[in-house]
Amino acid sequence: MAGTSTDRIIAASPTGSFTPEVFARHLASCPAWWRERKQAAYARFEGLPMPARTDESWRFSNLSGIGLEGFSPGQAASGGAQVVDAAFSLAAAPALTFVNGRLAARAPISPELAGKGVTVSTLSEAVVKHPELLRQHFMAQPQKLGSAKFAALHEAFIVDGAFVHVPRGVELDQPIVLIHSASGAGTAVFPHTLVIAEENSRVTVVDHFQSNDGLGQLACGANDLYAGHGAKITYVAAQCWSLDTLSLQFNSTVVRRDARVQSLNLHLGARQARHESLSQLQAPGGFSEMLALTIASGSREFDQRTLQIHQAPNTKSDLLYKNALLGRSRTIFSGLIIVDPDAQKTDAYQSNRNLMLSEDAESNSLPGLEIQANDVRCTHGATSAPIDAEQAFYLKSRGIPEKAAHELLIFGFFEEVLSRLENDELHAALRNLIRKRLGR
Amino acid sequence: MQETTDTLETTIENPVSGIDQSSGNFKYDMTYDFDAGTGLNERTVDYISSVKKEAPWIREFRQNALKTFESRPLPTHWASKDLETINFDKIRYYLSQGLKPKRTWDEVPADIKQTFERLGIPEQERKFLAGVEAQFDSEAAYSNIKEAVAKQGVIFMNSTEGLREHPEIFRKFFGKVIPTGDNKFSALNSAVFSGGSFIYVPPGVKVSHPLQAYFRINAENFGQFERTLIICDEGSELTYMEGCTAPKFSTATLHSAVVELVALKGAKIQYITVQNWSSNVFNLVTKRGLAHEESEIKWIDCNIGSRLTMKYPGVVLRGRKARGEVISIALANDGQHQDTGAKMVHAADETTSTVVSKSISVGQGRATYRGVVHIPKNLKGCKNNTECDALLINTNSRTDTYPAITVRGDHHAVQHEASVSKVSAEQIFYMQQRGLTEGQAMSLSVNGFINDLARQFPMEYSVELKRLIDLEMEGSVG
Repeated sequence: MAGTSTDRIIAASPTGSFTPEVFARHLASCPAWWRERKQAAYARFEGLPMPARTDESWRFSNLSGIGLEGFSPGQAASGGAQVVDAAFSLAAAPALTFVNGRLAARAPISPELAGKGVTVSTLSEAVVKHPELLRQHFMAQPQKLGSAKFAALHEAFIVDGAFVHVPRGVELDQPIVLIHSASGAGTAVFPHTLVIAEENSRVTVVDHFQSNDGLGQLACGANDLYAGHGAKITYVAAQCWSLDTLSLQFNSTVVRRDARVQSLNLHLGARQARHESLSQLQAPGGFSEMLALTIASGSREFDQRTLQIHQAPNTKSDLLYKNALLGRSRTIFSGLIIVDPDAQKTDAYQSNRNLMLSEDAESNSLPGLEIQANDVRCTHGATSAPIDAEQAFYLKSRGIPEKAAHELLIFGFFEEVLSRLENDELHAALRNLIRKRLGR
Repeated sequence: MQETTDTLETTIENPVSGIDQSSGNFKYDMTYDFDAGTGLNERTVDYISSVKKEAPWIREFRQNALKTFESRPLPTHWASKDLETINFDKIRYYLSQGLKPKRTWDEVPADIKQTFERLGIPEQERKFLAGVEAQFDSEAAYSNIKEAVAKQGVIFMNSTEGLREHPEIFRKFFGKVIPTGDNKFSALNSAVFSGGSFIYVPPGVKVSHPLQAYFRINAENFGQFERTLIICDEGSELTYMEGCTAPKFSTATLHSAVVELVALKGAKIQYITVQNWSSNVFNLVTKRGLAHEESEIKWIDCNIGSRLTMKYPGVVLRGRKARGEVISIALANDGQHQDTGAKMVHAADETTSTVVSKSISVGQGRATYRGVVHIPKNLKGCKNNTECDALLINTNSRTDTYPAITVRGDHHAVQHEASVSKVSAEQIFYMQQRGLTEGQAMSLSVNGFINDLARQFPMEYSVELKRLIDLEMEGSVG
């Protein structure tokens, strides 16, 4: 039952381009406590081996594609703020725009929200102003999905990121839009978004990842979501890195009592993308909804690993990951639901659907369960199937060309996920991105 | 003559097929004519080969397998760490009283005969079987096939004999479905295998009654490594059943079999296992069938006993329109881990496979489903359907599901579904209100859970399975 033969021999150097010398230059101007953390992270990064063929958490992954050679930490790009992708336009101006990990533009939040104590700032500001919150929430959760080494790399080399803090009881109607972009060949970026929603607050955060020049880059990013008692977070990430980028992204979601987090990850870019998502349901009444849509084409690989941990009774999680596979692409979905002993009345669902649109595409599904309580409702399912022949025939008989028909059917397939978004504007913007990607 | 140590207090009145948890719990002190001693090295392998007077190629095959076994790590990166508690140096790899199985019960040595009579084997043979083989530790003690079946050209013997008498058939298929290096335990088996069944069914012959093998471990610290090879020639049909028991010792016992099935064009094989090892047995078995064009291989796998079972019956669907099926029932009680599942490897167009798995976890028992479905590129029209249902009886019972599904191309349909549930409180209430005790209601409910699968068993097995579940459910309530 070991991994398949797709694994090749991996690059020899465990640190790649991220040598101690490069790291020493990077450390130069951080506050002392932050520097110590980074140093500890670098030591972990250096000490951990690269993923090996026998690592269950990397089963089916193409290990030859994740070498760290040939990248260098991003430098400040010239030319200031970049143009926002026209396909993804929202009414709200991007609150923060990062280029190569550095703040390039910002739109101040309304005085009303500022008056209520809402903070939308950079991490480097938060390091000085909110060290306690950072200590408590920044990369504070365990790395359980196989990328401890890359998460340590992220922590060691992160330059800046977004910090969103919504105080108790404050509700935001407009989404907070954050743009993380990369420029230059071989640039390594370490985008980060930290969202802390205190008790009974409500916030929507949108991360848009994009490449400014379409060159090959390394994006090693993370996002931490913390929903306090009764809080509600909607998080949308549109991953539109260049098609030559290596993307490694780690998500951690903590859901407290009666809180609700909905996250939707749209994966469109990168030559190889690994996305790890951990949801911890820590108190009764918590609900985590995990959604993802992927368009895999060419010889790209999308490797998604998820973990839903039910740590308290009466919690709920619902995962739906849909992949559309074209060309010679590969997808891997490996999900696990863990129900801790005594987490009775858990309601957990996990579903992976693969739409096979090409003879050479390959889907791998590993939907897993580990249940240690008996009064639960846990179900999972995985399917891989081509377009329904009758539907294709119907569209053909109406004179719709095959490509357009496929596009329609892909949208039909994706709609189940998109329609779960309450915000119509976001829904439309994501559809635009998908259309643009399919047109390419 | 040997002393009899009887650890069983009550006598079993109607033991059928030996799947009663308690009916296997007795042993006789034996003196063995052949004993390879404890521990495993080249000399152990040579000893086994010499005792069996094997051809040089087999000896070489064994020695190579030993090297493979030694070079492989335990698969603990995905499997249970409990494997590390097996001490391979403390196990006895070969014990037998003689090599030639007896053809009538009268010839079987009294103590061995007593064992099998207690397990009800001769009675069953008279009743409904076409042939029986009974293995006691390393070698078959008894082997018989009904004359009518033998006349059809069906070969049914122990694999030691098979190698000697039919090397031309044996060698052609031996180790081809499960190569030595498939995993650490298949390598171990290849090094020290002894006993097991060898069956050949000629073209077009439909064996009307099942053939049965019975595996019995009697000695402490013993490892049983039977090797079964079944070949069904074109258009033939066969049902084969095996049962396993061992007495309960204080130390761990190892059972590591390799079972290879070959269904040639249009053949049908149904392989039924009822595993009821005692709760100190490590049961690490590799089972795989090779299905040629339009053939069908069906594994019915029922795991009740053992401390740790790791068994994933598989079918390699080699020929067009071949069909593979695994039906798996596992019951894990306190201290038990049933790590079972299925492997379906599609290697031809229009092949179909089905996996249905039902597990029951009682007390602190742990039932795991692990599966592989593989559809490589350049194939058309393959289908797989997998269903796993787990029933958790007590609040701290545990179940896991780890499937891995790989599909290439847009001409296939694959689906996997799993669910976890508990016994419905309403059902229990309803039955109690009709006068059943809570325990009876629970048993009935569990039997209902597996009923659609149990019905596919031969009746004797399905009745016994029900009775056994009643036994296991005793004391699990409250």
